[in-house]
Amino acid sequence: MTASPETETNTAIVKLEDVHLSFGQTQVLKGIDLTIYKGDAFSIIGPSGSGKSTILRCINALVTPQSGKITVAGTRVDQLTKESERIQLRKRVGIVFQQYNLFPHLTVLDNIVLAPTKILGADKTATVKLARELLEKVRLSEKADAYPGQLSGGQQQRVAIARALAMKPELVLFDEVTSALDPETVGEVLWVIRDLIRDGMTSILVTHEMRFAEEISDTVVFTENGRIVDHGSPQQIFHTADNPRIRQFVGGLSGGGRGAVRDGEGI
Amino acid sequence: MSMTATQASKTTSKSSRVLRSIGFVAMPLLVIGWSLIDLSLGRELVEWIPYLASGFSMNILITICAVTLGTTAGVLLGLMQLAPYWFVRLPAQVYVQIFRNAPALVLIFATTYIFPFEVVLFGNYLPFPDWVKAVIGLAILSSAYIAEITRGAVLSIPTTQWEATKGLGFSRLQALRYVILPQCVRRSLPPWMNVASSMAMGTSLASLVGVHELMHAATDASTAVRRLDFTIIAYVVVMAAFFTLCYPIARLTRRLERRFNTG
Ligand SMILES: Nc1ncnc2c1ncn2[C@@H]1O[C@H](COP(=O)(O)OP(=O)(O)OP(=O)(O)O)[C@@H](O)[C@H]1O
Ligand SMILES: [Mg+2]
Repeated sequence: MTASPETETNTAIVKLEDVHLSFGQTQVLKGIDLTIYKGDAFSIIGPSGSGKSTILRCINALVTPQSGKITVAGTRVDQLTKESERIQLRKRVGIVFQQYNLFPHLTVLDNIVLAPTKILGADKTATVKLARELLEKVRLSEKADAYPGQLSGGQQQRVAIARALAMKPELVLFDEVTSALDPETVGEVLWVIRDLIRDGMTSILVTHEMRFAEEISDTVVFTENGRIVDHGSPQQIFHTADNPRIRQFVGGLSGGGRGAVRDGEGI
Repeated sequence: MSMTATQASKTTSKSSRVLRSIGFVAMPLLVIGWSLIDLSLGRELVEWIPYLASGFSMNILITICAVTLGTTAGVLLGLMQLAPYWFVRLPAQVYVQIFRNAPALVLIFATTYIFPFEVVLFGNYLPFPDWVKAVIGLAILSSAYIAEITRGAVLSIPTTQWEATKGLGFSRLQALRYVILPQCVRRSLPPWMNVASSMAMGTSLASLVGVHELMHAATDASTAVRRLDFTIIAYVVVMAAFFTLCYPIARLTRRLERRFNTG
């Protein structure tokens, strides 16, 4: 955006500083610090309930922390007081959920076109053209006129990714986007995400696909109990971590065989 | 699954065929046959048909106005019941709770006697006809029903749909307009049809406050002719007429349902 080309690779696009958040009595985030640079692929791994989804929801202002600083693409998210300001932020930050959440009453194409035209006020013809390009990118051109109910889980999830991209977001958040899928369709979704990361899209992934995270991430953090226990390169987290909890977690999951990703599989 | 679905659609199509044949074949046949056997009765009937028809046009008018008004107000009230602000929510909840349980006849009497027979508008006296009051009475009742239907339909949409719209930067109202309400339409059609049909039936109550509609016309006719067989046949005509008023509503609903069925 405002960054000049030579500093672009070092520009922090997301920065969380000492973020604390609780739902009622439950402390969910207990001081989260993290920095994500433009163009990076950033993975968050950790056990269930450790606060991974909540971190993502803080970043696009779906929840507001009690304390701490959150900066996203130049916006102080923690200081947004009006819902309209949060909406402005969400238009710039894409999010893809575990359960795809496509709009069942609209065709695949209309699912993608709806938000850019109605919410951003983008030109209809140009948006339809963009939507078709995105469908090609996620390899679903022939499904443009199908309804979500007629697609497999993996196909629906790829449409959901295309729908998020149609808003031309500055970064995309992926919250366990393959966890609800049949094992045989996981590969096709990871393929799309890998392409996206290669194209330079800033991506934050919460994932249980350890081998995939290892392959595509620039940085990996391990969360437990509302804290970031460790962060570093995939090599550091997956192979040379000192923390026995991480070793156990990483070992336990990748031993399960769900993390396997073979190039081109299932496409 | 598919077995029960086809069975269900078979039973409904069968029962609707039976209904259709009673409404469109048996009742008209009875009327025509009887009129031909007893020609003096037939002559009386032919003479009174235009009068009955003018009454029936009033039923159609009241139904269309009451259902249109009631649906518009009902959808708004249903959404108000779900508003995040109590000062929007509360009045709608009170309105719905009061009127949902009011008998149609009570509402028609109330509107007839509460509203004046004429209103002053910019210094002009405009008549406030009784049929308009009946429309208001029925519209109030149907709006309370439709508010509940709308509220239930909105609540039945999974919260993940709201989450998806939020993630894409929709405001609450935009989410309602583009994503939630379109999905509610299909779910609300069958109960909406019930309301519309009962409003169509309810128009006959307007005769009790002197509106010249079909029941009123049939009563006039049978008082004037003073023949038992004519009275019976006149009310058979009334029944057939109400059937033809409700039948298109059912057809229309089924067509719309099929149109919204995709997805
Ligand atoms: N809206 C909420 N109200 C109350 N508690 C919540 C809410 N959302 C999350 N929590 C709690 O916060 C904790 C962290 O939740 P979060 O969804 O961030 O975990 P997670 O790391 O994403 O787990 P998972 O891998 O199961 O998705 C959990 O204990 C959860 O029960
Ligand atoms: Mg989660």
